[in-house]
Amino acid sequence: MSESKEVVLKVFRGDPRGGEAKEYTVPVGPGMVVLDAIHHIQGYLSPDLSCRWNCKAAKCGSCSAEVNGKPRLMCKTRIDDFPAGEPITVYPLRAFPLIKDLVTDVSKNYEVNKRIPPFTPAKDVEWKMFQPDVDRVQEFRKCIECFLCQDVCHVIRNHGKLGEFAGPRFFVRLANLDMHPLDSLSRLQFLKEEAGLGYCNITKCCTEVCPEDIHITDNAIIPLKERVATRYYDPLRLLWRKLTGK
Amino acid sequence: MDKYETHPYDVIVIGAGGAGLRAAIEAKSQGASVGLICKSLLGKAHTVMAEGGIAAAMANIDPSDDWKTHCADTLRGGVYVNNWRMAQLHAQEAPERVRELEQWGALFDRTADGRILQRAFGGHKYRRLVHVGDRTGLELIRTLQERTVQLGVDVYMECTVTNLFKEDGRFAGALAYWRESGRLMIFQAKAAVIATGGSGKAYKITSNSWEYAGNGHAMVYDIGAELMDMEFVQFHPTGMVWPPGVRGLLVTESVRGDGGLLKNNKGERFMFKHIPERYKGQISDTEAEAEKWLTEIREARPITARKPPELLPRDIVARAIYNEVKEGRGSEHDGVYLDISHMPAEYVKRKLPSMYMQFKELADVDITKQAMEIGPTMHYMMGGIRVNADSQATNVPGLYAAGECAAGLHGANRLGGNSLSDLIVFGRRAGLYAAEYGKKTPEAKIPDAAVDRAEKELFAPFDRKSGPSPYEVHRELQEVMTTYVGIFRSESDLNTGIQKLQQLREKAKTISVEGNRQYNPGWHLAKDLDTMITVSEVIARGALLRKESRGGHARTDFPKMEDAFSKVNFVAVKDGDKPKVEPKPLPEWSDEIKKLMAEEKK
Repeated sequence: MSESKEVVLKVFRGDPRGGEAKEYTVPVGPGMVVLDAIHHIQGYLSPDLSCRWNCKAAKCGSCSAEVNGKPRLMCKTRIDDFPAGEPITVYPLRAFPLIKDLVTDVSKNYEVNKRIPPFTPAKDVEWKMFQPDVDRVQEFRKCIECFLCQDVCHVIRNHGKLGEFAGPRFFVRLANLDMHPLDSLSRLQFLKEEAGLGYCNITKCCTEVCPEDIHITDNAIIPLKERVATRYYDPLRLLWRKLTGK
Repeated sequence: MDKYETHPYDVIVIGAGGAGLRAAIEAKSQGASVGLICKSLLGKAHTVMAEGGIAAAMANIDPSDDWKTHCADTLRGGVYVNNWRMAQLHAQEAPERVRELEQWGALFDRTADGRILQRAFGGHKYRRLVHVGDRTGLELIRTLQERTVQLGVDVYMECTVTNLFKEDGRFAGALAYWRESGRLMIFQAKAAVIATGGSGKAYKITSNSWEYAGNGHAMVYDIGAELMDMEFVQFHPTGMVWPPGVRGLLVTESVRGDGGLLKNNKGERFMFKHIPERYKGQISDTEAEAEKWLTEIREARPITARKPPELLPRDIVARAIYNEVKEGRGSEHDGVYLDISHMPAEYVKRKLPSMYMQFKELADVDITKQAMEIGPTMHYMMGGIRVNADSQATNVPGLYAAGECAAGLHGANRLGGNSLSDLIVFGRRAGLYAAEYGKKTPEAKIPDAAVDRAEKELFAPFDRKSGPSPYEVHRELQEVMTTYVGIFRSESDLNTGIQKLQQLREKAKTISVEGNRQYNPGWHLAKDLDTMITVSEVIARGALLRKESRGGHARTDFPKMEDAFSKVNFVAVKDGDKPKVEPKPLPEWSDEIKKLMAEEKK
């Protein structure tokens, strides 16, 4: 635990034309988080430092950044989790185009979301659902759209495929719709052909950074992959389709 | 005006929390063209922080519940200065609005027989709150967000509306800036739904986010709309008090609804000392009876005991906590203890997962084993834009308001859970009536001179080479509101507060901001200060005139409720540079409401 009364933050300042980390020395109080330090910088040292934040309670998913190289919510990242006396670096999410300082352009995520076929209950369905069935879907609905999983996913981060690849956040949403007890639509073709599910090679990086502790890989992506495989690659089905032309 | 990017719509919705989203959905469904403008990214609005639930008399758990009881609870909780018609519509329509959410994909916690589960909350006679653990707001906003996207509503993210315009006595459009670039844009709209939430950032200790800067209140007030009941500010009894960085952060009322106890440093359950006359029939007056209630909810049995006094309405609990601390019976960090560690650990983690994580990660407290330290935090504004109860129309044609920024439903004090239901009931109504108006009304021309003036004021802080930082002025504002217009008020404090607010208004005119127009939080705050100071002054002036204590408004010099004030709302309009605040008679209860309130009293 850190005992020091001050901490040095190296915060990225800049825009698409260029930039670099600047050092700020900030007083440390008990239980302080990185977002508190950023607010201190805005309030006393540099009022035009850009960052997103809203709730300061890990409920809105706005204050995502890369702290000491790791994608995290700044409101949940305690200063005393880091070794005392060493500077803490704060960078914007690197998988998305930079706007300014700690703010990136995450709009493409919202574009991907628009293409997902929405919740479609069957007509005249009885609105009865049971907790055990709802439980597993509720896990997915905990998602706060912080996009840390998108940021860390190499298909997006290293290969720039956001768009033809929906990314972990939207596989979570697709799993939510797929496993909703009263949804009636199949999204398997969408998953295979438009969401690029096949690109994911289940390295679990997304699961590791999820601040809501959603088991993205095990509970969302793998079951979806299994369903797509059963639908499209099951040898018996392939044979059946060949024979019947269906 | 040609130099601006311009977007024409039948209806613009300003604010994309629960009320704004619901209004946009309705207006779009009615065939209007709709632009939804959100200050942050979509889905990050304040609604996302709501925890406990949506109050709706669905009677899934307690079969005796109905709209009448919910309406009576709302009026009693609001200490009888609510708009009765809003309380009635709200109670009648909330269940249908909840079912609709479920049909749009929301997944609420379930009863054993597969229906929507409901939990107990302060001031509600029956178990009434539809919920998902303690993240109901997230479920609500995500469901509405998905529906908005599905309907193809145009969404303007990270876009802040700064001014509204009027022409020929009616609403004509709005000026806004893109946060990313600082570029200005015009919304040429026939109708607007204001859904901008509250102004909590004027206070030091608050559960509100930076967005809560009274933007909507001040903008409509500027073009002649009325603000009402602004003196009624809700201090939520349970905010975190330690560590300092999280001071004010909300601790959901569900902690008490699910069995949490309030204790002072002597271990005494002090709420037993504070049961008002009008709640004697509903609240346990012995620990034995309160204990029985606890057992009944723990085992999900029918409730026979009266609720424990921890579940009195928020105004009463907040003042009791304040007094415990003031009289030396507080906790180490000037709060009191909220303890749910007597309930089974698994129950606590299932019912309150985010509270469990919040305390574990931010305060190093395991709430399944230790008590939490909590204290009052500024949470909500009962007052706001004065609207017609049915249509949510303001006195300016074309202008509608819904959600926290509108007044009337909650009276002097809001019950927990009545906010989320407010959003969906009146968000829908505002969207419906705004669409009807917007579709049939021709465009009004936005006056060029007013746009020029607004632009000049907006960019002035960049031109001043020296002057205070907006953050410095903001800290002073928070100090003034917390010290002089806080949880307890007096004539001399309020007068001092008003004087200081006027000085701050002058100081705010000298603010200088660094950097350029691109994503510049200092500059954004400079504009927000303008609206926060306006709203703060109206709050203080209303508080000065209401010489009594009622609901969220407590006066040390007038500690009692007074009959003379039970029949009026204070209404503010802009009069030159100052607000003119006057009493207006409260709409008289209909015969049906009179009858049901008489029956509820028995």
